[in-house]
Amino acid sequence: MKRIGEMKPRLDEQTVALRAAREFFDGAVVNLGYGMPGLCANLIPEGRTVYFQSENGVLGYGSLAADKDQDYELINASDQPVTPLPGMSFFDSAAAFDMIRGGHVDITVLGAYQVSQNGDLANWGRPGRPATGMGGGMDLAAGVKRVIITMLHTTKEGAPRLVKECTYPLTAQRCVSLIITDLAVIEVTVKGLVLKETAPGWTVWEIQNLTEANLIPAAGIKEIEL
Amino acid sequence: MPVNKVLKNCEEAVADIFDGASVMVGGFGSYAGLPVHLIDALSRRGAQGLTIIANMGGVGFELSKRIKPEGYQDAGILFEKGLVKKFIGSMPALGGMPPTSPLEVLYNQGKVEIEMVPQGTLAERIRCGAGGLGGFYTPVGAGTVIAEGKEKKVMNGREYILELPLTADFALIKAYKADEMGNLIYRQTARCFNPVMAMAAKVTIVEVEEIVLTGRFDPESIVTPHVYVRRIVEVVR
Repeated sequence: MKRIGEMKPRLDEQTVALRAAREFFDGAVVNLGYGMPGLCANLIPEGRTVYFQSENGVLGYGSLAADKDQDYELINASDQPVTPLPGMSFFDSAAAFDMIRGGHVDITVLGAYQVSQNGDLANWGRPGRPATGMGGGMDLAAGVKRVIITMLHTTKEGAPRLVKECTYPLTAQRCVSLIITDLAVIEVTVKGLVLKETAPGWTVWEIQNLTEANLIPAAGIKEIEL
Repeated sequence: MPVNKVLKNCEEAVADIFDGASVMVGGFGSYAGLPVHLIDALSRRGAQGLTIIANMGGVGFELSKRIKPEGYQDAGILFEKGLVKKFIGSMPALGGMPPTSPLEVLYNQGKVEIEMVPQGTLAERIRCGAGGLGGFYTPVGAGTVIAEGKEKKVMNGREYILELPLTADFALIKAYKADEMGNLIYRQTARCFNPVMAMAAKVTIVEVEEIVLTGRFDPESIVTPHVYVRRIVEVVR
């Protein structure tokens, strides 16, 4: 049986990343996770300065490097060659994680397999792949001031990823602040998940139908603006 | 008379790595900062039953071509050759890669043990080992599988878990340059896990792109002081 709304167009990854990057305030220190979050490096809102930190020991790198400028020894933690900027610094892994755990990073954008309605995050282990690890995900989720998740709203099979309780192994409890999916922008609050923005053409009811957790429509709910 | 730390080749540098030894492998995971020549030499030496402590378990030679077209040897070769009994690290296998890395294949066959450690906790356990500390309490991993079987403590309303230090018999390190005394400098993000691991092993072995005369480095620029370094080999990267 097809679920309601299944065939409507959803936001593409670039647009989800663009919406996430709009959360970067002027002067923010930001760490980007693997996959969709990495796209944010090239999508900083105009007129704002953002300092990208990466757990392999760099603060203040620029955009992703074009092919001709790639240097194998100037990379982010997702193995993407990046460009240098004035004021950039290098340090070792221990110092990189002091920065993360110690609350010196303002925002991290991470991917997720599941997020629960109280903000628990599961983003490293999945069935059939017991040897994949969490990398720096647990450290980022526990230490960074604001955890933003970019993810697809459902699995390939159509199952909800926003759930009442995570069934995949946890990264950290109650750590997520904001969730940006290909259907919605959702804030994690003490009352639960507040639906603040919807993808163009999608109704609250349609989005709730693809979500296991309860969504609370915000008073000023609107379509996602970019 | 100071000992000569400069060796002719990587084979000589790893010749005493024994069966059952624990070996830290520097770098982050892919080519940057990875001691690829020392890993290759260790795989050819063939010591058995090793414990490998590294951030990532490696993807193996074939998939390494996605990073560097000509390919390189990462820790994968040590698993592929059946030399390892246990891996300690944060990314044994990458979820974004096919499940074909040598470590993941062996693990799924029950032939190797994995101790999963969050990346920052790994760095800090190594720093504790290097600095003679007994461990530390961290909020990272609280409420997850990482906390299972560990001492817990609530401080200021937050739960912390006790993590213990890590040391090793040997560390394989990649630095940019060494002087003849063994002082090290690094290049860009190739620094990563190398400085902490260099401090935490009984015998630290370093591959560098250039060995310079002592006195050539600005003392302010030295990242790893020579006291931690036992052997240096110049390699072509």
